[in-house]
Amino acid sequence: MIEVKNVNKSFNGKHVLKDVSTIFEQGKVNMVIGQSGSGKTVLIKCIVGLFEPDEGSIFFNERNFIGLGFKEKKEIRKEIGMLFQGAALFDSFNVEENVMFPLNMFTEMSLSEKLDRVNFCLKRVNLENVNKLSPSELSGGMKKRVAIARAIAMNPRYLFCDEPNSGLDPKTSILIDNLISEITKEFNITTIVNTHDMNSVFEVGDNIAFIYKGLLWWQGTYLEIMDSDNTELNDFVYATELMKKIKKK
Amino acid sequence: MLKFFNELGVYFILLGKVFKKPDKTKVFWQQLVFEIDKIGLDSLGIVFIISIFMGGVVAIQTAFNIDSPWFPVYSVGFTVRQSVILEFSPTIVSLILAGKVGSHIASEIGTMRVTEQIDALDIMGVNSANYLILPKIVAAMIINPILVVISMFLGIFGGWLACYFTGLVMSAHYVYGVQLDFRGYDVFYALVKTIVFAFLITSASSYKGYYVEGGSLEVGKASTKAVVYSSILIILFNLILTQMLLS
Repeated sequence: MIEVKNVNKSFNGKHVLKDVSTIFEQGKVNMVIGQSGSGKTVLIKCIVGLFEPDEGSIFFNERNFIGLGFKEKKEIRKEIGMLFQGAALFDSFNVEENVMFPLNMFTEMSLSEKLDRVNFCLKRVNLENVNKLSPSELSGGMKKRVAIARAIAMNPRYLFCDEPNSGLDPKTSILIDNLISEITKEFNITTIVNTHDMNSVFEVGDNIAFIYKGLLWWQGTYLEIMDSDNTELNDFVYATELMKKIKKK
Repeated sequence: MLKFFNELGVYFILLGKVFKKPDKTKVFWQQLVFEIDKIGLDSLGIVFIISIFMGGVVAIQTAFNIDSPWFPVYSVGFTVRQSVILEFSPTIVSLILAGKVGSHIASEIGTMRVTEQIDALDIMGVNSANYLILPKIVAAMIINPILVVISMFLGIFGGWLACYFTGLVMSAHYVYGVQLDFRGYDVFYALVKTIVFAFLITSASSYKGYYVEGGSLEVGKASTKAVVYSSILIILFNLILTQMLLS
């Protein structure tokens, strides 16, 4: 479980996150949704420690991440896996080396043990016989799956996904969404997905937080979204004319 | 002025992160060998060509300019040796490497920054500055002096080739000049300069790449700035070190 308490963040006098407090539950796919520029990426970056919040606390299973030293943060970071928008695979490594990287850095496993773990992770994301390919030889969906394999290589307790479907076709998007959902349930991970893809939200979102102008505006399940009369949430979710007609029906 | 001191402060903070114990010593050694190969061995070709021609040009220019009975013919060999050892090999080769290696480092690290690969390292708990930059600095400080020593031999050989093929100076006179009044301290001075230049090239270029913000356009600009900054630092420290070591 990850608890965010009264988090504030400003950049050059612009207040981007305003007193955000919420709980992201374990074993669930927690979705953070909102328009571009609403502050959802800043929230995720504050949680994973890429940005230091101006105020507030972030608890990883009751361990406050804010104010910890590099070594203490490092211990929590070993429990974090992250899927970036552009996959962020290391260009100079092949697929196998990318997935093996965290194992090389933080474990004393033998080469055969590491290879077993790499193959297990790649098989889990439905990728086989791609070990020796370089990232430039992979499609967008394959890159995302390799990035998921790398993220789960260390058996993380927390998984963060930043726009996992960006640049993917609808069918591949559903594959990635389902994969994230399955892994979350299977390994009982606290997963936070930052997205504005409503298909993903309705497909796999267990707990949805809507960020609007830096505020946590609304929170609930995808079923509650359908019944919500929150104007800003409805404007975002049912942005197209087609969706508005569906909502009316 | 304030911007300059701000950049200087950020540069030293980055160095503070770089010079930490590596997360995994075995991985550091692997990276070091990889960087020695990339920075050093990949630069052998250009060092070879530049050094040979540099020595040849110095020999021909010297021979034409001392066309007087007051100067002994062996002065050509002596001048080539002194020029190559004291200045041309350490400084010119370092300037060439600032262009080749510096732009490569800045664009490599800059691309990693804009494609979130550095963020990925940080989130994993890896000290990204230490992992990416320390092997490059150490590799350059090891391999660049070796390249410069090779350049010294090639430069002097290039001078001999020019003299031999143009017939300006006899081979025996040239060799006598090269051997005349040799001081080991000159080589020591050149190698100290090279090690300092290697540190400046790699650290300044890494700094420009590490703090890139934006996209591919900014990576290109950072790469250009890395070469400019490294070259200016080389020229500046050349003066300082020469005053310190030769005065």
